[in-house]
Amino acid sequence: MAGENGALRQGGGTLDANVARHLLVTMWRIRAFEERLEPLKRSSTVHGLTHLSIGQEAVAAGVCTQLGNDEIVYSNHRAHGHALAKGVDMGRLLAELMGRADGCCRGLGGSMHVVDVAHGFFGATGVVGGNLPFAVGAAFASRLRGDSAVVVVFFGDGAAQAGIFAESVNLASLWQVPVVFVCENNGFAEFTPRSAHTRVERVSDLAAPFHVTAATVDGNDVVEVHRAFGEVLASASAGKGPFLLECLTHRRSGHYVGDPGGYRVASDDESWRDKDPIGRLVRRGATEGWFGEDAARAIEAAARDEVEAAVAFASASPFPDLTLPADLTYAR
Amino acid sequence: MAHVIPYIAAIQEAIREEMERDERVLYFGQNMATSPDDPFLKQFGPARVRVTPISETAEIGMATGAAMAGFRPVVELYMAEFLLVAADQVVNEGSRFHFMSKGAVTVPMVLVAGYGFTYGWAGQHTGSIYGMFMGVPGLRVAMPSTPADAKGLMTTAIRDDNPVLFFHHYLLALTEGEVPDGEYAVPFGVADVKRSGSDVTVVATGNTVHSALAAAETLAERGVSAEVIDPRTIAPLDVDTILGSVARTGHLVVVDQATRHASAAAVIAAEVAQKGFSSLQAPISLVTALDSSIAYAEPVESFVLPDEHKIVAAVGETLGLAPLPG
Ligand SMILES: Cc1ncc(C[n+]2csc(CCOP(=O)(O)OP(=O)(O)O)c2C)c(N)n1
Ligand SMILES: [Mg+2]
Repeated sequence: MAGENGALRQGGGTLDANVARHLLVTMWRIRAFEERLEPLKRSSTVHGLTHLSIGQEAVAAGVCTQLGNDEIVYSNHRAHGHALAKGVDMGRLLAELMGRADGCCRGLGGSMHVVDVAHGFFGATGVVGGNLPFAVGAAFASRLRGDSAVVVVFFGDGAAQAGIFAESVNLASLWQVPVVFVCENNGFAEFTPRSAHTRVERVSDLAAPFHVTAATVDGNDVVEVHRAFGEVLASASAGKGPFLLECLTHRRSGHYVGDPGGYRVASDDESWRDKDPIGRLVRRGATEGWFGEDAARAIEAAARDEVEAAVAFASASPFPDLTLPADLTYAR
Repeated sequence: MAHVIPYIAAIQEAIREEMERDERVLYFGQNMATSPDDPFLKQFGPARVRVTPISETAEIGMATGAAMAGFRPVVELYMAEFLLVAADQVVNEGSRFHFMSKGAVTVPMVLVAGYGFTYGWAGQHTGSIYGMFMGVPGLRVAMPSTPADAKGLMTTAIRDDNPVLFFHHYLLALTEGEVPDGEYAVPFGVADVKRSGSDVTVVATGNTVHSALAAAETLAERGVSAEVIDPRTIAPLDVDTILGSVARTGHLVVVDQATRHASAAAVIAAEVAQKGFSSLQAPISLVTALDSSIAYAEPVESFVLPDEHKIVAAVGETLGLAPLPG
């Protein structure tokens, strides 16, 4: 499935039944994986700190499915969706979250620090905003090599208030590097609403002073995300500099697994349920004739089967070797 | 009179009582006071209790500015590592001003940071980074191991006229203990003997105090009497209490959750090696984390960390006992 990503890239994000199907498959794989993580975390099979992106899958899917393995993605603490959509193997991702030797980082990184170089997933960082300049640097490297391979960095609305955001956007603009800053604006940073953090309404408003082209789209409409990102990707690939794409979305799960959620407004959650990206694509698919309800159900079932296979694979994997701290603290 | 509350509540109690006593005390940080039911917001109002954006550099820098202007801010950072985002503001600004201004300005602020969340929080959220700060002139560094010390050290931190880094251990957050009612201050630079003993001195901080106490219990069953000392603040560091103990026991084991070469243990060992050399009957032993990042996988995480068994083994070795099975 992972191999399809690059091949599905279509100039300008145009969409046909084949692409729509791949987007639905991608979103269902993320959803099924994360829904299964909840009980695995509660039984301590998965431990540590685990952030889910349930409700936000359209952003990861709409963006990452258009990128090949040589186009780098940087992620943040909410990394599973980005990783799966970028092609990271589900079994190896789950093994990582279970701290096993077959994990994509041999169990050393965990949920917040997924790296898979073969799939251009240079990784996630748990310090908010810490990933932004990495992407600018990787895009600078593209320019130096002369291939203008686009680099994408995902960040949350909360990260835009960190100084490192302004520093990174300014440098990206100054040096005209092919980076796309993709903001998943879910309206919250941990338990605090955006209105308590800033008077700037849209993250995209922050781009203009730096002469960076920005747009805000409905991040729960995967067709829209796919279209908007496709355009931006084409422009960035053509050397037209950095872009910022803000996707408005909603995190249906807690900030982390176990979040008591006292800050959540029930009515908000309900209205967002109707806007769930998977349900919307299924309905749209029926009207457009991309896939029928049965086909959509089969896609869900296949995703859930894949998750069970991943659970079996990861559970069979041993814990990592105790020599790793000594072996891997420094590159040799 | 005393009452029993969790460690984390003891910290809050001290902040609340100091805010009641002194209107200049402010309290801000991320995720605080976002609901009208927040007890601090209710009691002290939105002028003194505030939520901040994810902007550590400005949060800490603003606290420094407000402190120079006469207030006493307490900044809630949650994770110790987030201090590193604002490293300049923490180590090279407020901490220098009293000295550089020939004493004309003071910076009475408290940076509250949790550390050591070694529970699968992996590479960037589990560090024990206090060692980086204990050598910064002008900074004070407190690290309580019990609810009572947590309250008492926080009271002193807020009253101190210098920037204080208050490091609480995340794995202790919910442990309960007796805390004195009302005003309670633990002076900085005064170590506490958590258990008396005569054969070996074990110095430990934060959560490792509890590992050391458990080890002392095991050792007692084998006829070894261990004294456990908690310095409680590592800047200032009460070297005298440790030297006094080593003068009686002749043996020193220093326990620290930090990586060995950035540990408070290394500094304590150096002090005793220089000033207490003649008391020592065996080399000083350090039980620290290995010099590695903390892994996510549980067995690898435990492997690099100090624990009760490693302390028992180190004591056995220092005393030249036959290997004690952990
Ligand atoms: C520098 C830093 N400060 C604070 C935190 C704690 N923290 C973890 S996630 C988070 C909220 C991030 O919000 P946002 O960027 O909107 O991403 P979201 O969680 O909503 O996906 C915070 C404050 C952190 N990880 N790093
Ligand atoms: Mg957010």
